[in-house]
Amino acid sequence: MRSLIDILDFSAEEVNALIDDAKDMIAHPEKYSEICKGKKLATLFFEPSTRTRLSFEAAMLELGGSVIGFSDAQNSSSSKGESVSDTAKVISCYADIIAMRHPREGAPLVAANAASIPVINAGDGGHNHPTQTLADLLTISREKGRLNDFTIGFCGDLKFGRTVHSLISALTRYEGIRVVLISPEELALPGYIKKDVIEKNGMICTQTTDLEAVMSELDVLYMTRVQKERFFNEEDYLRLKDSYILTPQKLKNAKSDLCIMHPLPRVNEISVAIDDDPRACYFKQVLNGKHVRKALIVKLLKEAGAI
Amino acid sequence: MNIDSIQNGFVIDHIPAGRGMKLYELLGLESLDCSIALIKNVGSRKMGKKDIIKIDEAISIDFDIIGFISPEVTVNIIRDGVIVEKKSMALPKVLTGVIRCKNPRCITSCEQELVQKFKLTDPEGHVYRCVYCETKANYDN
Ligand SMILES: [Zn+2]
Repeated sequence: MRSLIDILDFSAEEVNALIDDAKDMIAHPEKYSEICKGKKLATLFFEPSTRTRLSFEAAMLELGGSVIGFSDAQNSSSSKGESVSDTAKVISCYADIIAMRHPREGAPLVAANAASIPVINAGDGGHNHPTQTLADLLTISREKGRLNDFTIGFCGDLKFGRTVHSLISALTRYEGIRVVLISPEELALPGYIKKDVIEKNGMICTQTTDLEAVMSELDVLYMTRVQKERFFNEEDYLRLKDSYILTPQKLKNAKSDLCIMHPLPRVNEISVAIDDDPRACYFKQVLNGKHVRKALIVKLLKEAGAI
Repeated sequence: MNIDSIQNGFVIDHIPAGRGMKLYELLGLESLDCSIALIKNVGSRKMGKKDIIKIDEAISIDFDIIGFISPEVTVNIIRDGVIVEKKSMALPKVLTGVIRCKNPRCITSCEQELVQKFKLTDPEGHVYRCVYCETKANYDN
């Protein structure tokens, strides 16, 4: 049974095909409005993430399907001590496809190994969140018209930012990507990702602590949230949290077709004054997330022979 | 005990010095009743110093565990007092049920009955990663 646990579970060709499918769904929504009629998506959210859950649910509803599930562990059988494997087997009897969010790393893989229906990883702790990466790729593809030959800056928390790690991994499969890492030293990209992902794939990569100094080089700027819970003490957090806030002033030398992205929710990393700038793409990212989840649900249900 | 004294069993040779004890643990040798020798820091022309384990019983051995400890190890299989096979080891691609993931956020840390599984992700660096959470592991775990 085909599932999506890690973005690299799909080949580059499959990812590209999925992006094309999503674009077709955007252009011709009516073609797909009943494609999942009679099918059920189970959203198993062992930790709350309203945004991601609603994105999956909206996606399934737009495909003519229906939705069952729970939105936090208190309302699920896991609060009675049921294993992830057993939950996956039980839900396989009720639904046609699962989207699972779990605070434990690897839980969706455990579910996929036990389930008889496809499982989509909707985030497992700080580990993977492949549909966010698909949303990011669709956004870049739609905004830039290509997924190769561009310079992308990643700014903020590159140490714990799983969306950053995952997008960098996905981009290794495209030609001519230049990566600029912009963060305080305390939140720099982990050494093993630099070595195993960036260097191993021969990606061009530069590192800096100064966002403004590299702004003019960027085609895409991927901002991330500097989260308080990532710090061992309050002082470090307070000292660093405002260092990488994007303001209209910092965009002075930016390209006119820069694409500004953020996985959301934001706290204050991007000044609201930028929201009306045509280069702000973070709300488009949310919309693209729903479209690419539609394409993903259809792909996996087709492969499972359910539609 | 030297090699001549073993009738049916194994001589696990060329273990990098210091890893003999770990290998002894991972192979579960402490639970056996037969004669077992763990010899540490033996002089070796090739390795400087090495550890050796001798087991005087034809037990079943998971060679993946030995390969995981070090692919340099050689295993002499002895039957009726003679070496019938000299096995060389390799890093196993997958390691199942041998070591535990140390990441407290890993699903295997709260669901203890899940089979621990690691994949070889960097043969040069001898790096294994948990299939669930990708946390790094090696023979020091
Ligand atoms: Zn693990």
